[in-house]
Amino acid sequence: MPIQGLSRRNVLRSGAGVIAAGALSAPMVHAQGTGGSLRVAFWDHWVPTGNDAMRKLVKEWSEKNRVEVTLDFINTTGNQLQLAGAAQAQSKSGHDIISLAPWDVGSYASVLEPVDDVINRLIAKYGPISPVSEYLAKRDGAWRGVPAVSGSQNKPACVRYDLLQEHAGIDIRAMWPAEDKAGPGAETWTWDTFLMAAEKCQKAGVPFGLPMGAFTDAVDMIGALFASYGASMMDEKGKPTVRGNAKLRTAIEYAVKLSKFLPNDVWAWDDASNNRALISGKSALVFNPPSAWAVAKRDQPQVAEKCWTVPMPAGPEGRYLAYLPWTSGIWNFGRNKTTAKALLEHLSERPQAEALTSQTAGYDIPPFASMSDFKIWQTEGPPTGTVFNYPLKAHHNAKPSVAFSPAPGEFAAQMYVQALNTKVIARVAQGGDTMDQALGWLERELSTIVRGG
Amino acid sequence: MAADGTLVVAEARPAGHGRASTLQRFARRRSTIAFLMTLPLIAIIGGLVAYPAAYAMYLSTLNRRMTANIGLGNFEILLENDTFRAVIWQSCIFAIGAVVAKALIGFWLAHMLHAIPAKGQRKWRGMLLVPWVIPPALSTLGWWWMFDPSYSSINWILNIFAVPSVPWLGEPWWARISVIMVNVWYGSPFFMIMYLAALKSVPDQLYEAAAIDGATGWQGLRYVTLPMMQNIISITVLFSLIVTFANYDIVRVLTNGGPRDMTQVFASYAFQVGILSGNLPRGAAVSLFMFPVLAIFAYFILRGINRRNKEQM
Repeated sequence: MPIQGLSRRNVLRSGAGVIAAGALSAPMVHAQGTGGSLRVAFWDHWVPTGNDAMRKLVKEWSEKNRVEVTLDFINTTGNQLQLAGAAQAQSKSGHDIISLAPWDVGSYASVLEPVDDVINRLIAKYGPISPVSEYLAKRDGAWRGVPAVSGSQNKPACVRYDLLQEHAGIDIRAMWPAEDKAGPGAETWTWDTFLMAAEKCQKAGVPFGLPMGAFTDAVDMIGALFASYGASMMDEKGKPTVRGNAKLRTAIEYAVKLSKFLPNDVWAWDDASNNRALISGKSALVFNPPSAWAVAKRDQPQVAEKCWTVPMPAGPEGRYLAYLPWTSGIWNFGRNKTTAKALLEHLSERPQAEALTSQTAGYDIPPFASMSDFKIWQTEGPPTGTVFNYPLKAHHNAKPSVAFSPAPGEFAAQMYVQALNTKVIARVAQGGDTMDQALGWLERELSTIVRGG
Repeated sequence: MAADGTLVVAEARPAGHGRASTLQRFARRRSTIAFLMTLPLIAIIGGLVAYPAAYAMYLSTLNRRMTANIGLGNFEILLENDTFRAVIWQSCIFAIGAVVAKALIGFWLAHMLHAIPAKGQRKWRGMLLVPWVIPPALSTLGWWWMFDPSYSSINWILNIFAVPSVPWLGEPWWARISVIMVNVWYGSPFFMIMYLAALKSVPDQLYEAAAIDGATGWQGLRYVTLPMMQNIISITVLFSLIVTFANYDIVRVLTNGGPRDMTQVFASYAFQVGILSGNLPRGAAVSLFMFPVLAIFAYFILRGINRRNKEQM
């Protein structure tokens, strides 16, 4: 029996209404009108307030410029954002602007709009841009994306200062105070000191929590360690530099020694394992952005208030800090490229960069050295000043680094994703290979990457 | 209807309408109607299976920048690579090990269920199907928590009984075993349900006749059950082997291919090389590597099934 008022036609009409309402309400739209429209896919920020901060900034800009902006936040869990980028690059359709993971700029350079005009204006205003951002985002002499603030991160040491003092006798806060100067003994913060401290903390039952698997935290940390020993696997022309490379051999030997003082399961750790080691109070040191500390602040405040962020140790060739920057790219098949450039330039300017960084509790690192003085890094706590040394500052006497530079980006990307630096260490430390066997394997892997254009 | 069944209706048409009449006859042929009816399916298969497969084959012949055709160059490079040769070996261990274990466990479970009276069978069947019903990415996450390197709940239980912790995901062979275990846990219910259906279709008279002839339980299994289930076993093993060779989510969630690429299988390695490293052609070559082997395998299994069917007819 038909229900009163529920005819087939009514059902269809209501259905169409529901579909239309769903389609209209799905993305966030700022309907302003005359300035054109933009579809933007930004990285879904780990810090819950990060997306709101971005949404607010984009809304303000879209209202002022009368541009209709559809803003999507796509997360990297299961590599969704990377898959979206790959699909859009292949199909030559999709968003106008997309957040690109560090190595994806190079992969899609041929379909990304050059943005040298934007970069030149920003450099004129804010000074030099990070060489790591340039290495990753510049291809064939042109900038293929605007280095992003959102998501870009350093990976310095987050230290349990009480444990390091108690077990290794190192007063890390005195070395690296929350001031624009290094404290007494900062020059002794080297990888040799680090090894000694790692051994003592391991014996005390609070080993350093350094992952050694194939995830980014491990690859970035080992990348900075290798850089501070002057060890590289491939030169800028794409030629493997493994054979007879004494610096590479020394760096691997060091890492093998270090691995003996780490928990025996670090070969299977992912990017969350080190965070858990710190938060649970089982570890005296990790290399991480302040996200581990921020979770500890929420869940284990007694741990968080004993954490202090300091630069990475120095090696024979200097001090390097792992920096993993994101880039915002504009597809060259997009419809409104000029407007897209205007939005990205706006978001890169100091007031917007500071707003983003402040809203993410200091997590986001802008690409300009001149922006390493935001107030949030001085005030965040407890303890107050705990992330003061999170951005790279002049008195750190350090350089930003990304693993596998100076190899050409298209090869370095493959070396990075395949984690060749941690694997060569694991082959010796866990697999029982001799150094020569491991280096032979590494050389063969590199030649596979280089072959086939 | 004509003897060959090609015409549904044969209508007389006035002279002078020869062309229209031919078209109408063509449109009314059974084969034409059948073709039109299957056209949506053909379009779906063409668009979602044939085209992507053909495109993947084309991709695998390109260089990294996708600017030149290098023929089988990607396959040649891969075969000379230590890691890829290990991936072939590991994929075979993973797929064959998991399929054999799933088939044996499924066979055993099906017999156990078959022996339960019909009334109580349904709830057991439902419970045993649970692993197969849960999306594997989700259930694998649960397993990952149980295998977690530092906080494994399984190790916690082992420690209670003074058994030392097992490096489930940190040591290559344990990691391989863990990956196979999760795949077996997930896939055994499929074998169980297929074998149960096959068991139910074996006529009881055959067992009765075998019993009268003095056959033992083992002989009943060997000479009655197995021959009667041969086709379903072949189809299930073939299907599972193809799916297991292409498995991605379990390795990705559980080990990400580690430690030292020792649990990497074709799909996870293809994703790493193709999507994450930005070398799509080589990724396509990795994913297509098993295609000819599995195609030949499928051909022989399906030929065997057809032959047996003809013999039984």
